[in-house]
Amino acid sequence: MSDTNNYDAIVIGGGHNGLTNAAYLAKAGKKVLVLEQRHLVGGAAITEELRPGFQFTTFSYALSLLRPEIIQELDLVRYGFMPLLMRSHFAPMENGDYFLLGPDAGLNRQEIARHSKADVDGMERFEHDTARVRQFIRPLFDSIPPNLFSDDPADADKMAWLLKHLGTGNKKVIHDTVRLLTGSIADFSDDYLESDIIKATICSAACVGIKLGPMSPGSGMNWLYLSMGEHDGIGGSWSFHKGGNGGFTQVLARAAAAYGAEIRLDSHVDHLITEKGEVKGVALRDGTEFRAPVVVSSLDPRRTFLEIADPRELPADLVETIQRFRFQGVASKVNFALDGLPEYPALSGRADQYLGFINVAPTVEYMERAYDAAKYGWYSEHPYIDACIQSLVDPDMAPPGKHVMSCFVMYTPYELKGSTWQAERENMADRVQATLQGFFPNFNDLVLQREVVSPDIIEAKTGLSEGNIYAGEFFPHQMYFFRPAPGYSDYRTPIHGYYQCGSGTHPGGCVIGAPGRLASQQVLKDLGREKA
Amino acid sequence: MMRTTPFHPRLAELSQTQMWGNWSGYLSAVRYDLSSKHEYFGVRNAAGFFDTSPLYKYWIRGRDAELLCSFAFARDVRTLKLGRAQYTIWCDDDGFIMEDGVLFRFASDEFLLTAAEPNMGYLKQLSRRYDVEIVDASEDYASLAIQGPRSRDILEVLTPDISGLRYFGFTETKIANTPVTISRTGFSGDLGYEVIIPVADALPVLDAILEAGHPHGLRPYGDEALGMTRIEAGLPLIGVEFNSSRYAWTAEDRFTPDELGLGWLLKGIEDDSRPFIGRDAILRERADGSSRWRTVGITVAWSDFYELFDSRGHLAVPDEIPVAWESMLYDAKDKRIGYATSFMYSPILQCHIGIARVKPKYAEPGTDIYLEQTVNHEYINVRATVTTLPFYNPERKTA
Repeated sequence: MSDTNNYDAIVIGGGHNGLTNAAYLAKAGKKVLVLEQRHLVGGAAITEELRPGFQFTTFSYALSLLRPEIIQELDLVRYGFMPLLMRSHFAPMENGDYFLLGPDAGLNRQEIARHSKADVDGMERFEHDTARVRQFIRPLFDSIPPNLFSDDPADADKMAWLLKHLGTGNKKVIHDTVRLLTGSIADFSDDYLESDIIKATICSAACVGIKLGPMSPGSGMNWLYLSMGEHDGIGGSWSFHKGGNGGFTQVLARAAAAYGAEIRLDSHVDHLITEKGEVKGVALRDGTEFRAPVVVSSLDPRRTFLEIADPRELPADLVETIQRFRFQGVASKVNFALDGLPEYPALSGRADQYLGFINVAPTVEYMERAYDAAKYGWYSEHPYIDACIQSLVDPDMAPPGKHVMSCFVMYTPYELKGSTWQAERENMADRVQATLQGFFPNFNDLVLQREVVSPDIIEAKTGLSEGNIYAGEFFPHQMYFFRPAPGYSDYRTPIHGYYQCGSGTHPGGCVIGAPGRLASQQVLKDLGREKA
Repeated sequence: MMRTTPFHPRLAELSQTQMWGNWSGYLSAVRYDLSSKHEYFGVRNAAGFFDTSPLYKYWIRGRDAELLCSFAFARDVRTLKLGRAQYTIWCDDDGFIMEDGVLFRFASDEFLLTAAEPNMGYLKQLSRRYDVEIVDASEDYASLAIQGPRSRDILEVLTPDISGLRYFGFTETKIANTPVTISRTGFSGDLGYEVIIPVADALPVLDAILEAGHPHGLRPYGDEALGMTRIEAGLPLIGVEFNSSRYAWTAEDRFTPDELGLGWLLKGIEDDSRPFIGRDAILRERADGSSRWRTVGITVAWSDFYELFDSRGHLAVPDEIPVAWESMLYDAKDKRIGYATSFMYSPILQCHIGIARVKPKYAEPGTDIYLEQTVNHEYINVRATVTTLPFYNPERKTA
């Protein structure tokens, strides 16, 4: 074994959390190697030129919950970080009308009043109350959860802090928090709003990526989680990145490399190398071995514990918990290269409604019915589509006058009853295209190319089990203390030196970087302790 | 009636807000979009254009033109080659900055000065002893800044002459059959150009630029977005970072080039062959080490700013529009050590940044200082870190 294959730390997986983790470890002076199975870094945050000049955001399509600390701590602007904030939120309606929010609060009042006069202040109360909930849970979101089952005094201190935080919270804020965490978003929004399109707009944000409808208890938690974005310091805001999400992971890769991390592509890790309960390195599928006393897996819990590690080296209760950990991906992408802009008849000639998300979710019931299909193992006849045309904001995404449209599609369950995705993929995409054609009469004529990314493809290309975009379903029993398993929410594993830093760990999925960042803190703390 | 610039008819059509400010008697857009942040990103990510027509413009022509410029302006104009422009300042006899502007060299004996403030009287007065002619051309030309990574692509469609233009170079060319001057200059800290156009043909030229810019996402931007880009670029603004020393009432309102972070303009000041106004005083300041201030950047980590409000039960709401007042700076023992002249939330850095004047011993990058903010109707300090300027400096700006 040559010295060149020896490192202080090896990060498995070059997705955004793996790269974030590697950048932090390298910045702290560690000799770091990132091993990525594919020919490009980014994991589920990549941009691919599938047609000359057309940049497709194959999987994830927005900088959702990226923690602002990471931008500053890793000095990402120096490496090309360029967020592009969303200007609008557009929801077409079945009767040809629409709901369009923009950046001016005064004008937004006018638009809400068009649908319901009572919802003008209803929306403002909803936003204020939920902002208070966000503020209340933010400290939990941005720190390593205490290990409930540890006898480490540091964990006891953290538990004491947590109890104090809960104990000193405002009564209404705590109650609203619990209502969101346990209830449905439809019920919660009913308390504030009466217009169905406005409620549908709110509910749609709860239906991204989970196998729940807006009326299902638990959808409130997903709404709250996805509202934790704070681009530009604005609670709940999301953003694009220049060059798509692949542009962002290229920034992370440049930063990690600048701090000294080595990134090795086409390097599929086969298994961990361990000795007496301690990690010693990894072996690739081609037999190449790399040695390090620290190995951090950014893969999902199933791969981290059941594939890369040998389950026989792990406690039975952990193996059992991970075996029944729910993935059940339900999301697909259908991406289009377009010859021009879709025309919405009621806003003919305008394009400013397309500078953020285009939400095809015209009623709360529409989404709930779209979910119904998934319960019974089939994809929605009328899918909920969260679309965006990033090329309108970012001219680097498509040739002049042409556009790329990313469509995030719900609900398309990983396991189809009585069929396969191979058989149904194009049929599902036809449903998506027909739905868009229903709202945008020139849509079919614009389509130059279509890319269909069903859950099986997400799994095959990114390694996310069952195509779950969050690397594990968002259920209360799979979050915080319990993500991915009770006693293992602090990024450590039972194998000494083996850590986790993927979206299957706290706080969870989305382009967020928090798992990668928090895991690096745990690794560095442990290394410091061992040194002392 | 307020005056309007030659571009106004088109700008008014493009404005969603009809929010106009007053720049030397002309209507000047505050913002066109409902949110200036999106105009800002238009500049950083694609291209934006800003109407700079109200700038004052003076021709300085004649046998002694170079001699006058080398005496009047603090930066050595003798090194300025034909077809090049330079950012410059002029000082008073005590070495305090009066104003700043950009000087273009059209010929060995012909210069054009653009400046934010009127200077015809001053230049005429200075020129008495010289064989030069000063012509106020302010109303002869409209001017437009086109800034951002796509600015070159847009202008190249209209005139290939700009392809090789280097940073601070300029060329006389044509757009839409109109003779124009295009310089690779601007106030955004990004790749960018400025176009000077005869007033009569200003609108057709703008229309040609708009047409060429459409596929590249070209959009107008107003004063708020201009402020955001220029603070990130670390560029001082008259009326904000400093005021003309000739109108200052107190010594506290006058600043030397070194104090304003503009000492780099004074390259070659030791050379006795070029006397200029303020030189002796500046040399004395340097010999005595008597500068009172250093101009630095400051940043406030977003987590610190959030905590400042969160710990008092408030929600931190950042504002990217530069604050219109000075914010006081302290050391760890609560002693006043300076003030921020500009302060804003940077949309790209996603934290607060500012241009500040601090006592020299606090100017070292990395120094922790404390910035006064108002929270819950009380003055509370938040930790800030001294940095170098500019905050944002993409390679494309000069590449």
